[in-house]
Amino acid sequence: MTGGTRAVEAWTLEPLTTFVQEAGVRLVLLMTPAGQVLAQSGFARAVDVMSAAALGAAIFASTTEMARQLGGPPFAGLAHQGEKHGIFLSPVSTDRGPVVVLAVYDLGATSLGLVQLFFEQLATDLRGASPKASEQKQVLAADFERELTDSLNSLFGR
Amino acid sequence: MSANGYEAALHGVTGVRGVRGAMVVTGSDGLVVAESLMEGIKGTAVAALAASLAARLGRAMDAGGVGSGVFWHLQAERGALLVVPARSGMLIVAVAEPGVNAGLVRLELLRAAESVA
Repeated sequence: MTGGTRAVEAWTLEPLTTFVQEAGVRLVLLMTPAGQVLAQSGFARAVDVMSAAALGAAIFASTTEMARQLGGPPFAGLAHQGEKHGIFLSPVSTDRGPVVVLAVYDLGATSLGLVQLFFEQLATDLRGASPKASEQKQVLAADFERELTDSLNSLFGR
Repeated sequence: MSANGYEAALHGVTGVRGVRGAMVVTGSDGLVVAESLMEGIKGTAVAALAASLAARLGRAMDAGGVGSGVFWHLQAERGALLVVPARSGMLIVAVAEPGVNAGLVRLELLRAAESVA
């Protein structure tokens, strides 16, 4: 699963490109809490992006609910480390709305400390670059498939 | 070892004149375990970058066949970074002024590394 960096929403591209270079992460998704992908880096196949977005959104929803049940604000970040790879999941509040960042990194290439360090810069860059929130439009079933296809085409340069 | 134990291990290092702060850092993750830093030093950034540098230096030393590092000292214009790895994989990191007594800091770092090993 290796590919370039591409964005559905252009304002995310530069912050994401910088983050990928600085933090040395392998895969990154920027998405809404609902799992709508705004940008991706490192993925080569659309099916991988869709799976990762669905799983990332589900993890984010679970931890947010856990925090709610504990009576606190949502967790600032989640890190999970395996033998060779780690994942880091954290939200960023922007004028466009909350953006969830899912990053996968190789332990031989970078570390959780570096990912967290450069994530702070990514959050600042995304806040600086984000446009004001647009009016929420009603999602129609008829539009959904076309919009999904358009997004995937943007993410894979088709 | 308790969190207090890690902090106590740093007392000897921060007691040296010219040392602006000291930290215990996980070598593999670059995360701060304990810190005693003067205001203005961003511990998380120093920890992450020092651990990354230590990992790369380790690889260079392996490739050069010179064994593992026991102490390193980076001298900069406005200060110095001194690091000793502990046997457990932790790093003991000191941030110091340019004119610090590096020999004394090294001694205290080695003592701290022994106590957290």
